[in-house]
Amino acid sequence: MLKTFRIGGIHPCENKFSAGGQIRQAMLPERAVIFLAQHLGVPAEAVVKKGDMVKVGTLIGKSAGFISANIHSSVSGKVARVEAMPDMSGYRRPAIVVDVEGDEWEPTVDCSEELTVHTDLDAKDIIKRIADAGIVGMGGATFPTHVKLSPPPGLKAEIIIINAAECEPYLTSDHSLILEKSKEVIVGTALLMKAVGVTKAVVGIENNKKDAIEALRKVKTEGIEILPLKARYPQGGEKQLIDAVMRRQIQSGALPVSVGAIVQNVGTAFAVYEAVMKNKPLIERIVTVTGRGVVQPSIFRARIGTSVQSLIEDAGGFVGNQGKVIAGGPMMGKALSSTEVPVVKGTSGILLLPQEESYRRKSNNCIRCAKCVQACPMGLNPTLLMMATEFGNWQLAEDNYIIDCIDCGSCSYTCPSFRPLLDSIRLGKDKVGTLIRARK
Amino acid sequence: MIIISVVVLGGIGLISSVLLYIISKKFEIQEDPRIGLTLEALPSANCGGCGYPGCAGFAAACVKAESLDELLCPVGGKAVMDKVAEILGKKVTEVEARVAVVRCQGDCEARAKTNVYDGLKACAAVSKLYAGETACAYGCLAYGDCVRVCSFGAIYINESTGLAEVDEDKCTSCGACVKACPKNLIELRKKGPKSRMIYVGCMSKDKGGDAKKACARACIGCSKCEKACEFGAISLVANLAYIDFQKCCLCRKCVSACPTNAIMELNFLPEREATEAKAMAE
Amino acid sequence: MKKELIVSPSPHIHGGDSVEKNMYGVLVALGPAFLLSLYYFGLGALTVTLVSVSACVLFEFLIRKYLMKQPLSISDGSAILTGVLLAFNLPSNLQVWIIIVGALFAVGVAKMPFGGLGNNIFNPALAGRVFLLISFPAQMTIWPVPGSFPPTYVDGETGATLLSLLNDGAGAKLPAYKDMLLGKMGGSLGEVSAIALVIGFAFMLFRKIITWHIPVSILVTVFVFTGIMYIVNPETYVNPVIHLLSGGLLLGAIFMATDYVTSPMSISGMIVFGVGIGLLTSVIRLFGAYPEGVSFAILIMNAVTPLINTYFKPKHFGSK
Repeated sequence: MLKTFRIGGIHPCENKFSAGGQIRQAMLPERAVIFLAQHLGVPAEAVVKKGDMVKVGTLIGKSAGFISANIHSSVSGKVARVEAMPDMSGYRRPAIVVDVEGDEWEPTVDCSEELTVHTDLDAKDIIKRIADAGIVGMGGATFPTHVKLSPPPGLKAEIIIINAAECEPYLTSDHSLILEKSKEVIVGTALLMKAVGVTKAVVGIENNKKDAIEALRKVKTEGIEILPLKARYPQGGEKQLIDAVMRRQIQSGALPVSVGAIVQNVGTAFAVYEAVMKNKPLIERIVTVTGRGVVQPSIFRARIGTSVQSLIEDAGGFVGNQGKVIAGGPMMGKALSSTEVPVVKGTSGILLLPQEESYRRKSNNCIRCAKCVQACPMGLNPTLLMMATEFGNWQLAEDNYIIDCIDCGSCSYTCPSFRPLLDSIRLGKDKVGTLIRARK
Repeated sequence: MIIISVVVLGGIGLISSVLLYIISKKFEIQEDPRIGLTLEALPSANCGGCGYPGCAGFAAACVKAESLDELLCPVGGKAVMDKVAEILGKKVTEVEARVAVVRCQGDCEARAKTNVYDGLKACAAVSKLYAGETACAYGCLAYGDCVRVCSFGAIYINESTGLAEVDEDKCTSCGACVKACPKNLIELRKKGPKSRMIYVGCMSKDKGGDAKKACARACIGCSKCEKACEFGAISLVANLAYIDFQKCCLCRKCVSACPTNAIMELNFLPEREATEAKAMAE
Repeated sequence: MKKELIVSPSPHIHGGDSVEKNMYGVLVALGPAFLLSLYYFGLGALTVTLVSVSACVLFEFLIRKYLMKQPLSISDGSAILTGVLLAFNLPSNLQVWIIIVGALFAVGVAKMPFGGLGNNIFNPALAGRVFLLISFPAQMTIWPVPGSFPPTYVDGETGATLLSLLNDGAGAKLPAYKDMLLGKMGGSLGEVSAIALVIGFAFMLFRKIITWHIPVSILVTVFVFTGIMYIVNPETYVNPVIHLLSGGLLLGAIFMATDYVTSPMSISGMIVFGVGIGLLTSVIRLFGAYPEGVSFAILIMNAVTPLINTYFKPKHFGSK
């Protein structure tokens, strides 16, 4: 019996068209737009100005707070502008625009493909290198990694969990990364273990990626267990993964490290390897371009700041009626209002849905079938929370743990009445969060 | 048989009424009778525009307060406050009439759609995730959060323009819509003579070029109005002009100076008629 | 520029489940029982079902269109389902006008005034049935003997249900277990065959239309409760197996108590709900004046459902 998390969950149609595909290098953009806020927390501060020349790997934004991350140039060329540009939501955010000239790298970066396994760095140095390289959670949450690796005083990690679940339908970035870079991923995991000072790590990977499990098991490991999990969404959620692997549930509002676990995405493990062993900052990432709306579903290694439009063209362009373009997976990704936006550190995929798959169906009355209740992986009552939000009953929403919602969308996915449950709950969660902060 | 049931039922009724009487006497709450009187004078809209939870809360606050200076029922306005002052024997300060205005004119024609939103129809939900269906991140979303909070039916979405509009006669300036609008588009402004008002109908802080590209009637921050104004009522902050209604003398010089028609005039006669009316008067 | 992109908050895909699918799924699950009832009761079963379904659909249509002035909701299948369930709770020789009165009560009083599907407090079909049971006790409690085709409507040849036999004293002649399983006994349209109902249950579980919690907790409770009574006094009370197989218990537990709208949301709530129905049913059956108590038990627990929802929350992640 394969392990999985214990409450709720769904199993959407996987649609992994690009599974097992080779990673292709995406074309260099002509102009890269690099946002100063590609992570959770405080935006970085620009340290270059218009007209400056930058190389690949040059620091252009400096971490500006405790929860913040460095930003590096992903291309070489001249800084064209430092100003607000529209991001995925359409709102303008501070960004650095670089006109690309050639492809010249900072000399400190080791560009060789050779595998490096040994390092004399101690835990503190490893974390410092990770912080310098501006590494953030690559699964999409983009929480700065160095912060996560330094648990607050009093809490001690026992185990590193590497999240290779990739439970989102369509996406296969992590899958291909493991197939091609299994050794690097394992070395990265070992580095993370060393940084935190634990001797045990578990790679949680869904059983629908048998070849990736094989590939990882072939690598000689010490203290690293490869654990196949039953394919179930949202297995890649931090809390769900810990539950699946360790049979421990984090209490409402607590950090994962309170049950002794630190979860890192497999993409992050690879980025950590590159940062520590190759001295390479986070300037590119693996992006799946997929869906029924694209000619050739592909997996790219794309520079941060490349426009989504150029990636789509690289994959052969649209096919059929253009509908939605989603940054990320279909369950938690964000639909783009324009394709002229750049890839950021958290862009795990670009999903193109044709028009017939894009519109929602008209919503009806709640029939109280409780299918959302059974689907919710946090054990909440989504329809009650939606009602509480609609009536503005914030106390009721708070009493029923609206804050614990993880935005996974299982409720809206399941609802036979097509009710926009998560839309409402997100709104209510935001409101209740504001009220709670105001009380403090 | 009948007698027994009559006795039993009657007995139960009697005992219950005695109990009820004792309990109501014992737990009676002494309330200032003036609160009730004040409450009767209030409009009972319970809109919360005064800042208190409902009319009862406001009535209690009025009774408790030393003076009525800080208290105002925006719905009832002066008439109601005078009544309240009379009941309580306190003085009331003069208040100026205000009305809500929506500072966006980006109708369907001026502001082209760049994407189609298909989710929960609530401004708060949209604005959290997206800038809106157009390239302007500041404009009216027209999903009616303001309409839903208005207790007086004074604000509505004009389907032809895709904008929220205020019915000035019904608006009581309670301010519920001001709080509800996630884009901060709604402002309570002083009603001028004959309800005349001049304000900038745009909240875009984008640079001129970007703003203009997104919406034909955007304020582009050109500062022409600032220069045209003789009373120093117009200030320009972050590419956006603002007209201070306390200083504005309704001369309308800024309106003609604006290259994008971003400045709105309300309840003025059209230019030509105005001249005719003036000629007639002379 | 090409066409505008569509944006919406996540999730961007849907599982494809719908109200219609669930409603029609339940109808399919009722199929075997319906076919058996046709076999046993012949034309009478068909007439009752057709009248009941068309009356329910018509009333919903009229109320929706002329009283509520809202878009029609017939296609969601809930009115059809109400009609079928109501028919399954009626004897096959019931007069047409009584069925129509029952349908009117089910749709016009128990369902639509609350706002239609999703807002009703009581199971409409059951409310209709109980209304008829109270208003027309004579017509509602005589049943044609199954298997006589064409069924006759003469009083002399109608038989009592098993439970009314039991209520009159345990000495009465009981049908064989085989007949109870297959449905060769007196009763309403849908309640006679245990096997057909269980097949429907399995189908609904397979299609994930319902979960097992409510039916199983009802049946287990009835079995345990009547079992205890049987052990204590086997002369007065009958074998618990007979209780399980007789009357509307299976029909009620599988198809009526699991009605989405009127049953609790959380797993723990469902079990409380089921146990409550089981207890009430047993008590009414063993000690009450009515031979059958499932309908009343379900309606009473329907009324308690909001309370159960308040106190039995789903198991929250991270709670001990």
